[in-house]
Amino acid sequence: MQKITRENLIDKASELLANGTVSCVLGWGKGEFGYDVTPTIFKTADEMKNGFVFNDFCGANFSKYLVSKTQKIDGKILVFLKPCDTYSFNQLLTEHRFDREKVYAVGIPCEGMADIAKVKEIAGDGITSVDSDGNTISVSTLYSDKPVTVNAADVLAERCINCKSKKHVAYDELLGDEGETLESARFDEVSRLEAMTPDERFAFWQNELSKCIRCNACRDACPACTCEKCVFDNPASGVENKSPANSFEEKMFHIIRAFHVAGRCTDCGECSRVCPQNIPLHLLNRKFIKDINEFYGEYQAGAEVGSRAPLVNYTTEDLEPGEVFDRRDENA
Amino acid sequence: MRKISLDKIQSLFAKIAENAKLYMPVDNADGSASYGEWSEGTVWSDALNTNKSPKDFFFPQTEDLMRFKTEGKNIECIDIRSELEDFVVFGVRACDAKSFDILDRVFLNEPRDSFYAMKREKGIIISVACTRPAETCFCGTFGINAAEPAGDVSAWKTADSLYLQANTEKGSRLLDSLGDILEDTSDADVAAQKESIAKTMDRLPLKELPTDAFGGGKTKELFDDPAWDELSSACLGCGTCTFVCPTCQCYDIKDFNTGNGVIRYRCWDSCMYSEFTRMAHGNNRNSQKERFRQRFMHKLVYYPENNDGLFSCVGCGRCLARCPISMNIVKVMKKIGGNKGE
Amino acid sequence: MQVNEYKPLIVAFCCNWCSYAGADLAGNNRLAYPADVKIIRVPCSCRVNPMFILRAFQRGADGVIICGCHPGDCHYTSGNYYARRRMAALFSMLDYLGIERERTRVEWVSAAEGAKFAATMNDFAEKVAALGENKRLEDLRCKK
Repeated sequence: MQKITRENLIDKASELLANGTVSCVLGWGKGEFGYDVTPTIFKTADEMKNGFVFNDFCGANFSKYLVSKTQKIDGKILVFLKPCDTYSFNQLLTEHRFDREKVYAVGIPCEGMADIAKVKEIAGDGITSVDSDGNTISVSTLYSDKPVTVNAADVLAERCINCKSKKHVAYDELLGDEGETLESARFDEVSRLEAMTPDERFAFWQNELSKCIRCNACRDACPACTCEKCVFDNPASGVENKSPANSFEEKMFHIIRAFHVAGRCTDCGECSRVCPQNIPLHLLNRKFIKDINEFYGEYQAGAEVGSRAPLVNYTTEDLEPGEVFDRRDENA
Repeated sequence: MRKISLDKIQSLFAKIAENAKLYMPVDNADGSASYGEWSEGTVWSDALNTNKSPKDFFFPQTEDLMRFKTEGKNIECIDIRSELEDFVVFGVRACDAKSFDILDRVFLNEPRDSFYAMKREKGIIISVACTRPAETCFCGTFGINAAEPAGDVSAWKTADSLYLQANTEKGSRLLDSLGDILEDTSDADVAAQKESIAKTMDRLPLKELPTDAFGGGKTKELFDDPAWDELSSACLGCGTCTFVCPTCQCYDIKDFNTGNGVIRYRCWDSCMYSEFTRMAHGNNRNSQKERFRQRFMHKLVYYPENNDGLFSCVGCGRCLARCPISMNIVKVMKKIGGNKGE
Repeated sequence: MQVNEYKPLIVAFCCNWCSYAGADLAGNNRLAYPADVKIIRVPCSCRVNPMFILRAFQRGADGVIICGCHPGDCHYTSGNYYARRRMAALFSMLDYLGIERERTRVEWVSAAEGAKFAATMNDFAEKVAALGENKRLEDLRCKK
């Protein structure tokens, strides 16, 4: 259950629309079943009353939309940012991807978002509506006479279970209280993989990546992937491929995708959320983050505007690539 | 109509697999399902929809077409098509079974696609009626009856038995080849199930979508509808909807230089991709709105225009479940169809 | 009976200013290193994009080595420092995916180190040969 309500957000947006601070609002639009929300631009308070929704399924990270939306509107755009979204927001600002002056950012507290697949596991299929109620979600389905009650804590998305921060690192205005950065167990799964033998690791990734259908959703949803033209969309690059023709191309795409955002990835988890094949893509990004932390010192992308990403930086005393493994073997 | 008791179903699978490769939905570790080859011990999944549709068997995501070898000034073209073995795709849902009708009209009309045609010839589809449709199902909108699935053989699964009925010659040959493993029974055995399916379908939230506004001849009316701006506004331009769709049939043909020759292959393409319509002169769809509009106009207007009013959507609901931003054909139909209907 | 000894294909990306000259020196001094080491000259070790490495494996390489100026000696002042970080991250990722870590290496070889170049290549080729053919990052389409 979110501490902030849909009404709080509509009130705030209506006020800012009325006093001319912003000309439109980027928010979550109502779907058919409550859990299928769509990022939507609202121009008036009435539009919001009809179509705006805020519930436990508003996971989409809006930061990336600012790149295109700020170019298309007059005046300022109001954007609601959850703590994790603010890191992406800062990272995009660091890379000069949108005009800060065109955005009015309202930080909103987040108690973690739900994963509809987990809700389905508990409540069963045929979900026709979801209503948040205290710490529970009331789920109506086609196949049960009365709504099934699900504990919100039991259906948290993976990225929210391992939330790294409840702190807003960027905003013009904050609704609710300021949170803190958290100690999270987000690297545990990476460590578990590292502890496996190379054969086991290979088998694990071969299996996961073979599911890839090259829909590019991970790339297109990623707030760190904002190239005007992706190398994988460019026929002149020689590596443009639209399909996972074989296991090599699957690996190449995912290694390069993760490498391109290494040091810039804020670990917002959008890649894994949007993957239609449920590939744990965040484990690739977290590996880079964990390595960078270990090799070059703790670094959180997006924690502040203007910081220099570790892979476009160096010191003369850096680890040699060969020493990486020696060090890991020592630690093991 | 014939039947087999469910506790003997593995022997049915074994029998089919004697003469043909057998594929069926199997559960994945993450709770979803996808098609896999049957081997002893494989459990047939109850899942409603597989991640990818069974169009993959007939129109694979990637498929080699031919090879070239160059030596000096000679180019040798190598035909790599080979004889295909019979295969059986079991457990196809009514929506997916209908999708082959839509794909056939594209690939089997002149010029006939020999790669697709060969697979259609060799493949036998055993469809299964849906007893537990999801909230995302809307096959009824397109006149599909989930209680009477198409396919070479239709099947109904009850609490204790599987009922099978052949619809085509290929289908009857398959059932005949199974010998006495199946027992004869009357059609009346599944009547109760058909009735209960009809009742469930009637309760689905998306059972009736407005289709009147769409169909052949509506291009001029719908092309410039202002709603496209709003609908496409959040589209990420990924290819998820097109790749999980059982009826999307666009592909690209590409050459891969292996260093010692060239492989010409085709792979699924998506109208959502920025370079989909890129040509020598440039690109005629430069915005995501245009690409987005193309996908739905194709399914709801252009395709019916060329195919006797048949919509090229079967209402399987995969795009509803998979779209990262939950924008889909249902929202498009409600918005545009609803506007026009008022 | 003749036994065909397996010889790995090695791709060596050598920077123009140090390591390529080091290879030249090795040749001038008639120092032996495996003929299956294919040298690709790059302006600087930091020119090596991760894609180059993956593509080398795709096209049949069994091992990929990157050679550049010693840290502090880069012709462009800092190129090899960047390369060092990138390759550390990339190699660690390849290892994470289960690709044998001995298939990739970074070595600093100056223009005066012909002997080091030959010794490095001999050692690397030996290590890669012990692993056998590259199966984990291969592209079957590129096999003859």
